[in-house]
Amino acid sequence: MIITKRKELNKILEQLKDKRRVFVVGCAACATKCATGGEEQVKVLAGELVKQQKQVTGTLVLDTPCDMRIVKKDLINNDKARQADSLVLLSCGAGVQSIAQVCEDMELIPALDTLFLGTIERLGNFNQYCSLCGDCIIDETGGLCPVTRCAKALINGPCGGAMDGKCEVNSDLDCVWVLIYEKLKKNPAKIKKYRKIKSNASSSGPQRIKNR
Amino acid sequence: MSFKEVLKTKKFIITAELFPPKGTNVQPLLRKAQLLKSCVDAFNVTDNQRAVMRLGSLAICCLLKEQGCEPIMQVTCRDRNRIALESDLLSANALGLENVLVLSGDHPQQGDHKEAKPVYDLDPVQLLKTARVLETGVDMVGKKLDGAPHFCLGAVVNPLADPLDLQLAMMEKKIAAGAEFFQTQPIFDSKPLKTFSAKTRSLKTKILIGVFLLKSAQAAIFMKEKLGLNISQDCIERLSRAANPLAEGIAIASELISRMKPQVDGVHLMALGLEEHILEILNKVK
Repeated sequence: MIITKRKELNKILEQLKDKRRVFVVGCAACATKCATGGEEQVKVLAGELVKQQKQVTGTLVLDTPCDMRIVKKDLINNDKARQADSLVLLSCGAGVQSIAQVCEDMELIPALDTLFLGTIERLGNFNQYCSLCGDCIIDETGGLCPVTRCAKALINGPCGGAMDGKCEVNSDLDCVWVLIYEKLKKNPAKIKKYRKIKSNASSSGPQRIKNR
Repeated sequence: MSFKEVLKTKKFIITAELFPPKGTNVQPLLRKAQLLKSCVDAFNVTDNQRAVMRLGSLAICCLLKEQGCEPIMQVTCRDRNRIALESDLLSANALGLENVLVLSGDHPQQGDHKEAKPVYDLDPVQLLKTARVLETGVDMVGKKLDGAPHFCLGAVVNPLADPLDLQLAMMEKKIAAGAEFFQTQPIFDSKPLKTFSAKTRSLKTKILIGVFLLKSAQAAIFMKEKLGLNISQDCIERLSRAANPLAEGIAIASELISRMKPQVDGVHLMALGLEEHILEILNKVK
């Protein structure tokens, strides 16, 4: 899931300085799960904007704003959206840009910052376990990704700075190499194996897949 | 004698760490090097130590070499991608530098440019291996080099890391990748070193144990609490009782070296700006 964070209201208002009529768009997928762009958060932001003397022409939570087909089907011809001079978007960067590509003539104001691909632990607790490197090696590391979960992305072993099993860079986080070690204790050959230099070719953007 | 040759002898090896200035005034560092030159086998020059931006290691190593000192260039994986790392290794060698200590490098968040992009394109094991590949006359993608470098390669190990077996597995990987010597994080008590020494005795490498000059009880408490270094209460009490804490720090360091001397290959001295006192530490070693 894509983890997002609401921008501060003053940052959003800065972008809306010369605008009066706004339409607020949310996301029923990741941003809803994240509680940053669901029905509830769309309503809250709309209320905040009304208090700031903005006219909210309407709101809409799109199924998946990152899917251009959905934007074409549900947003582009929405009359209330058309009446606004800007769309305020509570979705990740992929959603904002899919809307931008479909609704070319509309002014877009992103109201979220996109943080990472996250795993949900419980409501409001998200962890970055995968960094989309395009070359997965976690079969060798006990299902734990050192590329993402080691602050220095060390894939051959730890740096030596961990204290009480915690990362020297962020003591809130476990040293992933200590976790990998615990998991692979019975299989020391995996710990000792040299892991070759990873290719960055597949994770260096911009990427495009065109199968049809 | 080159450091590579020193490593082949049975002598007790002494290295000292110098850190480049933040700025271009290199004179104080060079003066310290001149003062210590006769009593150390080589000088490590740090690479933006603790992720604090400073003058580069390569430049200082060249200046030291010109002055007849034996430098060890520290290279971290933090700031350069594979292209820059390979290129810098070639540059260093072309300028007459052969000794390289490879390390991951403190994370930018621990330094003074906290918003910098961390690179870590290679890890230390991979960088050691890459240096060995360059020696064969090709780069890491197999392209032929016009002139191959040669290196004396070192790496780091934390003798007090927990779990130790994981740290040792990492050390063995570094040896297999080409590390000829190791320098360690500072230790302040020889007792916890016993397990590490026993477990590394059979490894074919030289290990120089890190020794740090503590200048005051406050500094010791800071390093214990902020950097997680294993400094004993006894040590802190000695420093706080002393009329001259720096002299006490010098005594603590030299006593530690005297105790370790019969059992270890050598020591690596760190004095964080007080390098001139390294001479006094060494003079007191029995």
